[in-house]
Amino acid sequence: MTTVGVLAIQGDFAEHRKTLERLGVHVREIRMPHQLDDIEGLIIPGGESTTIVQLIDIYEMRERLRERILRDRMPTWGTCAGMIVMAGYLSDHRPQPLRLMDTRVSRNAFGRQVDSFETELEVSGMDGPPYCAVFIRAPVFESVGESVEVLASLDDGRPVAVRQGHMLATSFHPELTDDDRMHRLFVDMVERRA
Amino acid sequence: MAIDTLTTRTETGTWRVKAGLAQMLKGGVIMDVVTADQAMIAENAGAVAVMALERVPADIRKAGGVARMSDPSKVAEIVEAVTIPVMAKARIGHFVEAQVLEALGVDYVDESEVLTPADENNHINKHDFKVPFVCGARDLGEALRRIGEGAAMIRTKGEAGSGNIVEAVRHARRVLGEIRRIRNMGDDELMATARDLRAPYELVKDVQENGSLPVVNFAAGGVSTPADAALMMQLGVDGIFVGSGIFKSANPDRMADAIVKATTHYQDPSILADVSKGLGDAMPGLNVADMPESERLATRGW
Repeated sequence: MTTVGVLAIQGDFAEHRKTLERLGVHVREIRMPHQLDDIEGLIIPGGESTTIVQLIDIYEMRERLRERILRDRMPTWGTCAGMIVMAGYLSDHRPQPLRLMDTRVSRNAFGRQVDSFETELEVSGMDGPPYCAVFIRAPVFESVGESVEVLASLDDGRPVAVRQGHMLATSFHPELTDDDRMHRLFVDMVERRA
Repeated sequence: MAIDTLTTRTETGTWRVKAGLAQMLKGGVIMDVVTADQAMIAENAGAVAVMALERVPADIRKAGGVARMSDPSKVAEIVEAVTIPVMAKARIGHFVEAQVLEALGVDYVDESEVLTPADENNHINKHDFKVPFVCGARDLGEALRRIGEGAAMIRTKGEAGSGNIVEAVRHARRVLGEIRRIRNMGDDELMATARDLRAPYELVKDVQENGSLPVVNFAAGGVSTPADAALMMQLGVDGIFVGSGIFKSANPDRMADAIVKATTHYQDPSILADVSKGLGDAMPGLNVADMPESERLATRGW
């Protein structure tokens, strides 16, 4: 059985856990570096990116995360705060991201909480009706490198879901809706590798 | 860039984005701050949000008189200083204070018993706002009434500014115990339960079906040590508010840091022991049992 880790130091890790378990995936909550050793995929959940990055460093997880994701090419997906954590660069230079992806990300790109919104997206490679995406104090990709495939964009052209090989990142929160198509896409990435 | 440049059907202020922000705060610590410097200490310690105030509850208690919403310039200064969400308090029932806070761009409004209530019968109709609200509760009925009015997050009332965890424990045990009781009920018992709890039937039904509150539930009111925070987490809350407990302690930086770690690793006593070492004095506490009814903040609201 496939085991997917969910980084559980802060944020909505329980919602990811529930969705994965509904899909029949074995889930492990990750709070310490050694727990990264025997998982086959990792989700970095929504939460407060500043807090998550602080805690990654306080618990000395940065190096182990980079080894597992970059060297071992473990499939990894970041939602919202997770996408910030995985970014190559942030436009406001804090916190210090893990520099996993060839992306430049701007935080709180839509304003404050009163500007948080839901909208419908066409996601490339996803069958069925448009995807209902929930954006909460959400980040956006300012630019992405050539090796990064854009899976979905807003009407104004800004990308909000991308894939770079074994890494996936979304501005929005698939774990807050009942639509599990993004989770299926990720589990498929994990299983193809395993 | 504003979202009104988007042409696809896009909606702000929905229930999902309001309750969703609270879900992002889970497993985290929200700290009361009175200056931009304190806000930055909180952010650096790993707080998930700050509560912008003019005075922490312990000082509000001491000052007496009518406690109101903070000066907007104070709130704006803190909104500028940090990138984590900023919350601010409005008086119970004072919907205009809430309108002002929404206009200032705060990310969450706390309709709080720590301030002097403006309406002794009615709480704010929180459905009217795009900004989400957090409200205090002492039991499940009170929590569901607030959710019925539109609260997107609940916290225990505890006894703010007391430095004493006893009331927060009482309120959390009551709420969580009542949830466990309802989860095991048959459908035919729900209407009478809704009547007894003075809570909307649909929400009682939701609790029975899901075995939890429909929104995130934090502990507040008396958390002053890392062990207090872990105690509340082990009882089953989703996260922690710390009011006076940090900046009224002997060493705020270290206390902030320690409470954040204790909240993540609430199940690991060896980490709790480690972070609790040498923190200096916690805030001085009050014995809630000796407090006259008129000085108890938790009895404000219904």
